[in-house]
This record gives sequence, C-alpha cells and structure tokens, in this order.
Amino acid sequence: MRLRTRRTTATGTTPDRPAAARGLHVRLGGKEILCGVDLDVHAGEVLGLVGPNGAGKSTLLAALSGDLEPSSGDALLWDRPIRDWSPLDTARRRAVLPQAHGVSFPFTAREVVEMGRAPWAGTDRGAHDEDRIAAAMARSETETFATRPFTSLSGGEQARVMLARVIAQDAGLVLLDEPTAALDLRHQELVGRLCRDLAAEGRAVVIVLHDLDLAAAYADRTALLANGRIASCGPPAEVFTAERLGDVYRQAVKVEPDPDTGTPRVTPLRRIC
Amino acid sequence: MTATAAPPAASTTEGPGPARRRRWAVPALLGVGLTGLLALGVLVSASNGAFAIPLGDILASIAHKLGLGGAPVEGTGESVLWNIRFPRVVLGVVVGASLACAGALMQGMFGNPLAEPGVIGVSSGAAVGAVCAIAFGLTFAGNWTIPLCAFAAGVVTVSIVYFLSRSGGRTEVVTLVLTGVAVNGLAGALIGVFIFYADNDEITAITFWQMGSLSQATWPKILAVLPLAAIGLALAPTYGRRLDLLALGERPARHLGVDVERLRLHLIVIVALLTGAAVAVSGVIGFIGLVVPHLIRMAAGPGHRALLPFSTIGGAAVIVWADLAARTVAAPAEIPLGILTALVGSPFFFWLLRRTRRRQGGWA
Repeated sequence: MRLRTRRTTATGTTPDRPAAARGLHVRLGGKEILCGVDLDVHAGEVLGLVGPNGAGKSTLLAALSGDLEPSSGDALLWDRPIRDWSPLDTARRRAVLPQAHGVSFPFTAREVVEMGRAPWAGTDRGAHDEDRIAAAMARSETETFATRPFTSLSGGEQARVMLARVIAQDAGLVLLDEPTAALDLRHQELVGRLCRDLAAEGRAVVIVLHDLDLAAAYADRTALLANGRIASCGPPAEVFTAERLGDVYRQAVKVEPDPDTGTPRVTPLRRIC
Repeated sequence: MTATAAPPAASTTEGPGPARRRRWAVPALLGVGLTGLLALGVLVSASNGAFAIPLGDILASIAHKLGLGGAPVEGTGESVLWNIRFPRVVLGVVVGASLACAGALMQGMFGNPLAEPGVIGVSSGAAVGAVCAIAFGLTFAGNWTIPLCAFAAGVVTVSIVYFLSRSGGRTEVVTLVLTGVAVNGLAGALIGVFIFYADNDEITAITFWQMGSLSQATWPKILAVLPLAAIGLALAPTYGRRLDLLALGERPARHLGVDVERLRLHLIVIVALLTGAAVAVSGVIGFIGLVVPHLIRMAAGPGHRALLPFSTIGGAAVIVWADLAARTVAAPAEIPLGILTALVGSPFFFWLLRRTRRRQGGWA
C-alpha cells in the first residue's frame, strides 16, 4: 500500500469526460451481458441509466467502476483504461454506491461515513476530513443517527449512510447503483437533488434508476439500455417516448409532460377489470 | 415532531467536543487497564507455585539482572524464578498475544466474529506441521524447524479455509463453521497417521500438542518462536484501517482504494505466522482468539486500529492468568491450559453463535 502511495498520480480537477465506455463487451457466466456499449460521461451532468431488469445497467456501472473486466473494449477513467490505475488512484477519482450494503461489525453510522475518507489519508485533503464528513451527513440527513450502530438502522437509513460515505469520498466521478430503492418519497427526492448539487460542483454523476419519473426529473441525459445495448441516449424528453418505452419494457405506457416542471411523466397503461 | 428533532440537533452542534474526548477516553483507560492486568499477572504468576517467591524479591531480582541494584532471590529461588517461572510466563505472553491478535485479524479478514484459529482449524493445521516435524525427526533449521513447519502448514490451512468458505466475497457462518469441522477432522486424522508412525518418545511429545500447555517452556523454545511472533505482532496493527474498510465488503473496500487481493495474501501469511508460532510451542489452545477480541470490541468498538493492539495485550493477560489458574487450582497436579480455555471458551462460542444467528441480518 505504501509503495503504491508513492506512485500515485495527482488527481487534479475533474476532466470534461471523466469516464467513458468504448465498444464495451462484458461476459458473465458465459452469457454476454453487455454487447458493445459506447457511452461518454461528462463532468457537471447527471447521467441516468434506465432499462428493464437484466438489461445490463448494473453491469455497465460495475464495468465503469472497475469491478468487472471487459471481455473486449475499454472502460476509461480519466481517459485511461480503468485497470491501468492503481486501486488508490481509482478511489481518488471515482466513488461507488453498491446496490446491497452490509457492514460486518457494529460500526457507527459516522464511522461508516468516515471510511469514505480513506483514500485521502495522509494527503493534504485529509485535513478536511471532519468538514467533509459533517457536510456529507448533513446533506444526506443522517446526523440524527450518527452514533448508532449501522447494523441497527433501517434499510432506508442504511442506504442514506452509504450515500453519505460516497459523498464524503469527494470523487470527481460518482457512480450510484439504485440509490433510491429503499427510500421513502422524501428521501428519493433528496437523492435526486443531491445528484444535481454534485453535478453543479463539477462532478459527473451516473445513476441507475428504476423510477423513470425520477430519472426524467433529475437526469440531464438518460441512457436507455435493452439487452446489453444502449437503445437510446439523450435528454429524457427525447429518450422517453411512449413507443420506445413500450417497446423496450414490453409494457404499454403513456408519456405526458408534467404540468409543473415540463419533464416527461411515464404512466403504465392499466386495464382495470 | 419539532420536540423530538430538537435534542439530537442540539447534541450534534455540541457533539464534537465531548464525543471526541470520549472517543479517546475509553481506549486510553482500556489500554492502561489491560497493561496493568498483564503486568500484575506476570508478577503474581511468577510468585505463585510450589515454591512461593514474594513479589518484592521478584522485583529485586529483575532489578539485579538489569543492573539497577536489587539482589537475586535467596537459594534455589533465583533458579526457579529465571529457569522455570519466567520462561513459562513469557511464553504465555507470546502465545496469548499471538492467538488473540490472530483471532482479531481473522475475524476482520472473514468479516465474521466467529472466525478463530482453533474453531476453523488453523491451529490444528499448524499442529500437523509441528507434529510432522517431530514424528519424522526433521531438523533442517535447527531449533526453528518445528515453528517453521507449523507456519508452513498454517499458511496452507488458512488458504484452504479461506478459499473454501468464501463465495461471492462473503463468508457465511454455516460454511465457515462446517469448513472448520472438516479441516479439524482432516488435521486430526493426519496427526493420527503421524502418531501411528512415531515411536514412544515421540508419541509423548505429540500428545502434548493435542492438550495445549505451557509446561514445556524453556528459553530456547521462546527464542525459537519469538521471531515469527514478533514479525506478526509488529505487522498486524498496520492493517487496521484496511481491515475496517473490509468490513464494508470486498468490492466497497476496493472502491475505497484497498488492494484487496494483496491484503488477503498478507493477512493469510500474518495469521499463519502468529498461529504457527503459538502452536509450535504450546499446542492447540482454543478460544483465546475468539473471546478476547470479542470482549475488546464490546468495550472499545469494532475499529481495528484499537482492536488489534488491545486484543494483543488482552490475549497475553488472559493466558498468563489462565495458566496461573491451570497450574494452581488443582495443585500439585496441573490442568492442561488448552482444556481450561476450552471449558470457558466453548460456552462463550455457543452463546455467540446463538446471538449472531438471532441477528442474522447484521453480519453475514
């Protein structure tokens, strides 16, 4: 680890394109999950990944985060294949919120958030640890249970603590895998606003979402995945058409602009018998 | 709503001061308390036995050896103290520290509070190496042959247990404990095979391993295992932070910059160093690595930066006191130490198993 530290490259500011996928193919258990994905992630924008179950959203996120080795093509981080970076260099550039969270021992919520600062230990930025932790906990509304063991928190509280950990990591690229899955209405919106704030700070946020309305409301661009390919990518208003969504999800929907915000709102067509 | 929200908000604004102080107060007290308990244990243990030596005489004799005045103990006392009592106490310190530290490391590595050198078979595995060295009369590294063989067998066993009991970056309790059963069974069988081929003298030496005892303590034996134990104990605390991150799981740890594959490899070697050192001189003494880190965790929290050093000191203290009990409770006879720790440790393991099962969601 210490040997690694010496070879660390200065992080600098987040480049315009912190992450990208180039002809990305990923095989898992002999099955091709991603079949040639090309995607640019821009600094200062929230990119929503949507699509039906098994379309490859989480796999794409895992490949971008460096968890999965592509069978061909490249996942780029700071314009270099992600596997060429050391784990520590990677950790100073991208933060990941996984879908499932477990903590083996009864660490308190605050201690878990503090773990997000690990990549900066021993650097100049390590001096800001306390501020960053406090700010991250305030933004995710987790201060009230800061001293409680993580293992005793409810699912939604745990999810927010993990989100605070990811924010505290202070990375230029933030990858979130279904951060809203366990959250109530208020906190889903909170996560949406948080993503917007992070993007406004110049970071790039990639977020896997099931809730199309949430994606439409908070993402600058959405990539709609279907069968391991990107079916469409662009502003939600362009991507979310009733015909395309009906096709990809195999469920008829109607899409109307929200009367207040103008963003598209997707409603499944239901037959009440 | 406002009434319930107000107190926590107030406590967070005032929080950092007192919370900070409390964060340091508990570990500081615990450190002082454990060190005191260990020092007291060493002195009391050196003083008690068939031939009682007053505490004052012991201190004077130590001062004499260090050239700080004082005087040697009169008559045979000096020889009893330095050739029988102290080697045994020092060995107890080395063994206890190694086992408890190995236990804390393994629990962090497996992300599971039930991992322990004895329970999951690493001690028996290391014992196979040691017994093999005795049965075949190996002497390729002189005095260090037995510890080195125990270490080598330990590396093999930890690796086997680790890779067999993990799937998808996690260790399920059931798999871990069952792997331990299998490894313990295999190790027992291998030791049986070696006994089959050993002659009578060797059999006596081997049976001692299965009991676990400090009664064979001599200075040369301590010197034989000290290098292994010292390397392991010195390296262990440097992994504290990374073990904390590992509690999040392997992938999240990697996301935070931990080179998990490399960490895993290092931990396997260190655990084998510590377990090998302890087993080579004292046989299988179980449950120290389970009980001690658990108690420390209850007192100082789960952070490994405190857990590892405190477990090390605590383990040494527990073994020193337990060995004192083992050789004085049924005096002039002596209860093997391994049997005593198992008597106390097994019910504890049982309780822990039930409790962790009840809280299933929490950790596996």
